[in-house]
Formats: sequence, structure tokens, C-alpha cells
Amino acid sequence: MAIQSEFSTPQSMKRRWRNFKESFIHLLLLVCAGSSVLVTFGVIYTLVSEAMPFFLEVPIKNFLFDTEWTPLFENPQYGIMNLISGTLLTTVIALIIAIPLGTVAAVFLSEYCSNQVREFFKPLLELLAAVPTVVYGYFALLFVTPILQKIIPSLESFNALSAGIVMGIMIIPYVSSLSEDSMRAVPLYLREGSLAMGASKLQTSFKVIVPAAFSGIASAYVLGISRALGETMVVAIAAGLQARLSLNPLQSTQTLTAYIVQVSMGDLPQGSIGYRTIYVSGLVLLLFTLSFNLIGQSIRARMEKKYK
Amino acid sequence: MVKKAEVINLNFSYTDKKVLNSVSLPIYENRITALIGPSGCGKTTLLRCFNRMHDLYGSVKYDGQINLFPDQLNILSKEIDPIEVRMKIGMVFQKPNPFPKSIYENIAYGLRVRGVKKKSFIDEKIEDSLKKAGLWKEVEDRLHTSATALSGGQQQRLCIARALATEPDILLLDEPTSALDPISTAHIEELVTELKNAVTIVMVTHNLHQAARTADFTSFMYLGKMIEFGESSQIFTNPKEQKTENYITGRFG
Amino acid sequence: MSTEPIRHRNFKAQAERLKRQDAFFWFIGLLTLGFALITLLSLIVDMAMTGWPRITQTFFLSFPSRLPERAGIFSAWVGSLCVVLVTSLVAIPLGIASGIYLEEYAKKNIWTKVIELNILNLAGIPSITYGLMALGFFVYKMHLGQSILTAGMTLGLLVLPIIIVTTREAIRTIPSHIREASYSLGATKWQTIRNHILPYSSGGIMTGVVIALSRAIGETAPLITVGALTFIAFLPSSVMDPYTVLPIQMFNWVSRPQEEFHVNAAAAGLVLLTMTLFLNGTAIYIRYLFRKKYKW
Repeated sequence: MAIQSEFSTPQSMKRRWRNFKESFIHLLLLVCAGSSVLVTFGVIYTLVSEAMPFFLEVPIKNFLFDTEWTPLFENPQYGIMNLISGTLLTTVIALIIAIPLGTVAAVFLSEYCSNQVREFFKPLLELLAAVPTVVYGYFALLFVTPILQKIIPSLESFNALSAGIVMGIMIIPYVSSLSEDSMRAVPLYLREGSLAMGASKLQTSFKVIVPAAFSGIASAYVLGISRALGETMVVAIAAGLQARLSLNPLQSTQTLTAYIVQVSMGDLPQGSIGYRTIYVSGLVLLLFTLSFNLIGQSIRARMEKKYK
Repeated sequence: MVKKAEVINLNFSYTDKKVLNSVSLPIYENRITALIGPSGCGKTTLLRCFNRMHDLYGSVKYDGQINLFPDQLNILSKEIDPIEVRMKIGMVFQKPNPFPKSIYENIAYGLRVRGVKKKSFIDEKIEDSLKKAGLWKEVEDRLHTSATALSGGQQQRLCIARALATEPDILLLDEPTSALDPISTAHIEELVTELKNAVTIVMVTHNLHQAARTADFTSFMYLGKMIEFGESSQIFTNPKEQKTENYITGRFG
Repeated sequence: MSTEPIRHRNFKAQAERLKRQDAFFWFIGLLTLGFALITLLSLIVDMAMTGWPRITQTFFLSFPSRLPERAGIFSAWVGSLCVVLVTSLVAIPLGIASGIYLEEYAKKNIWTKVIELNILNLAGIPSITYGLMALGFFVYKMHLGQSILTAGMTLGLLVLPIIIVTTREAIRTIPSHIREASYSLGATKWQTIRNHILPYSSGGIMTGVVIALSRAIGETAPLITVGALTFIAFLPSSVMDPYTVLPIQMFNWVSRPQEEFHVNAAAAGLVLLTMTLFLNGTAIYIRYLFRKKYKW
């Protein structure tokens, strides 16, 4: 039984079949990978096309400057700023929690603790991101709010504060994990260079490692921001349904996402103005998050070029 | 002496960098040919032309011929399928690279991709090639344990056995001992000298002593050019070119 | 003015200060992690304490009801299972195939760049916008209705980037000399992928798949827009049937003013949490097993 075969010509059936099979698989995989682009186009196209008729009916001036957001009322008003302010308010509260805690956790895990301690804490920290958001909503409404009400009696039972705080805890792992990765990628010689000059770990961490890992840390922050902007269930459950142009964290408020949930829970006929408004909110939200994502990617791209 | 292959006017370049410049040399059957030269001289690039490894990566260009005897077929021709070329020409790499599978599966793999299914035949081939590679005694009772548990030298001999199992016309060795300790190196060198009765060998090496000890022919390359080709005894004792002499006497490289 | 050489100074006080700072930060770090973990723990404990009495066999085998103590999660967990099954069928093949393509086939050109950038962005899009897309496209354009199929496909697209990214990372850990070993023996590209790349990266890929499915099980928002109902008193008989899922059921209960329903919500949350924590634990375990198996 001979193992070797003689060389075949390009016309031979065996070789044609093999090439056909290989290129067929190649094509199949390409189609799969390309399909993700279709998903993006699908999302953008659907949101834009379903939202457009809204702008034919409602002047941009009203959309931007109406003082209230009451699209389903008798005399509807369409001031999107009411929803945007609620979104920004909860996002900012979340970031006030997540950015400092996430950064400290990242520095601690990357620079201070031993491998075993890291192996122990890291998966536990990542579990925070694995808990379903609806569970966090329950937690914010029925655990955090009652506790906070003992400290701040004027806190409403639906409020931006506890929703924001819980959201912040939820996104700690998003901030810390990416930050830590980029800190650990900082070459050892930089670390040793600083320590060899007599600097403390703290000085090394914040004056050498953090600046060197800045791009990764910044994109971790950006990821955290877009998570907070798009978070839905926590705010829908715990922050209330009252759209208002206010930055008071003690009151109830409504975000872009919570509005979509509220309207979707009811039965809205396709094509009605109410139906359009959820696409308008979705589109505004998408614009916000996409621009943050793009900012994050460009920061990273620029830094990668610089450090190569 | 019968020619097994012949390189004629081979040019090779990566995107914009010319690496081989009109290289020609003969490869004799059942002999060991060593390619020597300083780093970056193109010897590994040349070696990898023999089994069209470069076809795996984009942005390379080459022209010229490597004719395989007795048919005198140019294996660099577009008409020829690189996969069939690799089925005829085996390769062993710098770093031992066994698959993280059993010893048995490592050697059987080459046969399996050639469509061999008969177990008795595969078993026979495995024993045969492990014996040729001088590894049989050490592993015969643990063929189904993981190959990655072997020592570095054993792994490299396993890689040689893996290549031999497919009965290649030519065996390419790319600095096969550079990642090994001196004892394993001696083992492999001994093995290579024994193997030439069974297979034609082309070997890239950094180690001049290795080339002098094992190779029948040596070709010295410098900056992508073939400077000198000849019997090893002549190259190492009485080189014709000044550059060769400088290199083998350690004046550069 | 003559300056005293710096080496004549006594650095002891400064060194002590730096040491104290380091110790202080060590403490702050532990405090931070402790805070995060205590939050997680109190969430679990609070939910367990409230919901545990409701965790009985009847709870798992009853349909939703207007009476809190008779309401259960039968249709919800069956629905979750069906939806996740559809999600797996969409996301696993598509995600793994895309990952393989990008790592093993894609040339470095503009199209590859577009696909990569696109996947990054997809991963950053809020989940509710997937729901809006699904409502406009799957429900109204393709007339798939508010069905298990729609829900499964929506979540499938949502978790697709997770599977793609983890597949790529898993494949990237395989050193190129393993590929070259396979090619040098005469294997074709697909043989190399099937016989080597896929088996050696399967641990990482499985980890990603499990994490993606755990995410899909807990996802609520996009299913609200595609009309997951909360009052489903029957089991689905086909993928075109209406459905409910566990998180939606929980959302419904937590949004009610009566406290008895909050107990149900806690019980449902406990089930949900157990499932996701179990899946995540599995993922960590798989990763550990395979890290031991393949050391490059």
C-alpha cells in the first residue's frame, strides 16, 4: 500500500473536489462573519425608518424644547430632554460609584495582590456582571431604597439615586476588568524602573502604570458609560416612570430605556405616534452609545499607535 | 550521486524586501545538505520554499524553479497543488511542535490526512517510524499518553518520526536542535546521519560544527545570495570564496 | 547658596511615609472589593430570605395566577428553556463560524476591519435596541409574531458578539507552529481547523458559549419590546407560540404593589440567580480544566 500519490494536474477531479470543498467552507464562514454587519445595518435601518415618520409630524423645535414628555396624553408634548435628563442623571450617579471603585479594584488586583488573591477575587468580581439586571432592579427597589430612606427620609420610593447606585455596582466589573488587563499589559521594565528609583507601589501605580495603561483604562470607562446609558431593567423597576426635566436624584425619573419598556408593556398599534416614540427614544439612545463607543475605539487606536 | 532536486534561479521577496536573489543549488539523493549563513541570509526562507510553506501567508512573491527528480517537475509551479508538495516533502521545525494529542495520534495524523484508514497499517508505520527516530524503546508502552509530556529532545524525535511516517522524498530540518540541550542535540545529530540512508535531507543550521559533522554538502548563503556550494569537507577546510572563509573562521556572523 | 548633596539627607521619614501610604492603599483596595462582594452577598441573602418559603414543587409546576400564593413559574422556566434553545441554534454556529473566519481566513484588509469594528460596536449597543429592531423586523416585517422564535433569534443576535470574541481569543492562544506542523504534514486548511484548531480551542469556546447563554437567560429588556407576555397559562407547543420567560415573570411580579407578589419575585429571582451563577461557575470550571490540559 503506497502512501505517496503522484502530483495531480489542476484539472484532476480529486483536486477540483478538494479545492471546491475548501472554498465552499471559506465562503460559508465569510457569510457567517459578514452576517454580523447585517445585524448592525438591521438595527440602524429599523430604528431610523420607524422613527422618521415621527419627525414629519413633530417639529424638531418641539422635540428639543418642549418642557414635558407626554406623547400618550390628550395634548401631547414631545420634549425629549426630559428623558435625556433622566438618563444622564442615573448614568452620572452610576459612574460616581463605578469609576472610582472600578479603578481602585483594578489597581489593587493588578499591582498589589498576589496571584492567588487575584485568582480568588477576579471571578467573584465578574459574577457582579453576571447577575441578571432584573434581579438588580428588585434589589434596588426593595433593598437599597428602604435602607436609603432611613438615611434620607425625603427619598421617594421610586428614585434615581438607588437605581444609579445599583447600576454603578453592576458595572464595576466592566470598568475594572478591562482596566486591569491593560495595566497588566504594561511592560515589567517600566514597573521595575520606577520601583528601582525608590518609588512606592502607590506612586508606581498612579504615576507610571495608570498613565501607561491610559488607553485601556479610558476605554474601560467608556464601556462603563455606554453600559449605564443603555441599562434598562434597573431603572425601569427602581427609578419610576415619571419623565421630568430635573436632576434631583431623590425623585423618581424616567430614562430613555425605561420609557421604551413602559410603552412596550401596553398594546400599541404599529405605526401610531406612540409606537414611533419608542423608536425615537431608541434612536437617541443608539446615537449616544454609538458615539461613546466610537470615542472609546479611537482613544484606543491612537494610544496603540503611540505605544507600539 | 543522483540528484533528488535542483533549485534554479529562485527569487523571493516579502512585500518590498528581497530575501532570495537568484539562488541555485542541487540536492543529492540520500545525502544531507546543510544551509548555513548568518541570521537573515535567507536560509530558512529557502528551506520553506521546498514545501511551499510560504503559500500559507499573503504578501510574498517568488519565481524560479525547484525541480523534483526523477520527473524533473517544478514544485513551485502554480499548476502544482502545495498540499501535494507537502505530502511528498516533510518538515521538522526549530521548536519541537507535537500536537497536544497522544504519541500515537501525532504520528498517525500524516497518514490520516492521506486517507489511510487501515489500523494495522497505521500501527505498523508508527512502530517503524518511531524505531527509525530512535524513540521506540522509550515510548512503546505509552503510545497513548500525551506527546507534550515528553522531554524536549524526545518531542523533537517524535516530530521527526511524524514526518518519516509519511515516507517523504525529502525531509526538511529547520535548525532542529536550536531549542535543545547538548545531549539531545547529539542524539538528533546521530539520528540524522543514520536517516540519510532512508531519505534525502536538507537542513538549516546555525551551528557550523553541526554542519561539518553531519552534512555531506554545505551551502553558504549571505544576504540572500548563494555564495558557495560544495562538499562539506571542502567548504570547511578549503573554501573558495573569501566571504565563506570569513564566516567559517568566525570573522562575522 | 550651597546646596547640600541629596545623599546626605535622611530618607527614613520619607520611606516610612511611603510605606504607610502603601499599606493604606492596600486597605482601600480590600475595602473596595469587600464592598462589591458584600453587595453581591446581601443581594443573594436578601432574596433568599424573602423568596425561600415560596420555593416548593408547586411553585415550579404552577402557572401564573392572580392569587400570589397559587402563582408559579411553570410557563416561565419552560419558556426560558425554549427561548434559550432557539438562541443557541442561532448564536453558537454563527458565532463560532465568524470567530474562525476572522482568525483563520480573514486577510488584513478593509473588509476585515469593517467586520471587526462592527462586532465591537454590536457588543456595545444597548440590549433594548435589539428588541426594537426585532419588533420592527422580526415581528412586523417578517411576520414571525411575538413568538418563541422571535425571542430566541433576538437574544441570539444579542449574544453573538460574546461568542465571536471568546472564540477568537481561544483560537488566538494556539501558537502558529501547531498550524504549521499540520500543514507541513499535508493537511488542508479545513483539516487543520477541524482536527487541531477547534479541538484545542474548544475549552475557550465552550466557556464563551456558556457565558453567552447565561446572559441570554437573564436578559429581560429586549423581550419586553417583542411582547413576551406575563400571563401564560399553558405550555408552548411550537416555536410560533406566545411565551413568557423567567425574568419577565419576575419583572411582572416586582412591578406589582402587593407585597405578596414581591415574595414570588424573590423566589423567581432566586431561581434565575441560581441558574446564572451555576452557568458562570461552569464556565470558570471549564476554563480551568482546559488551561491545565493545553499549556503552550
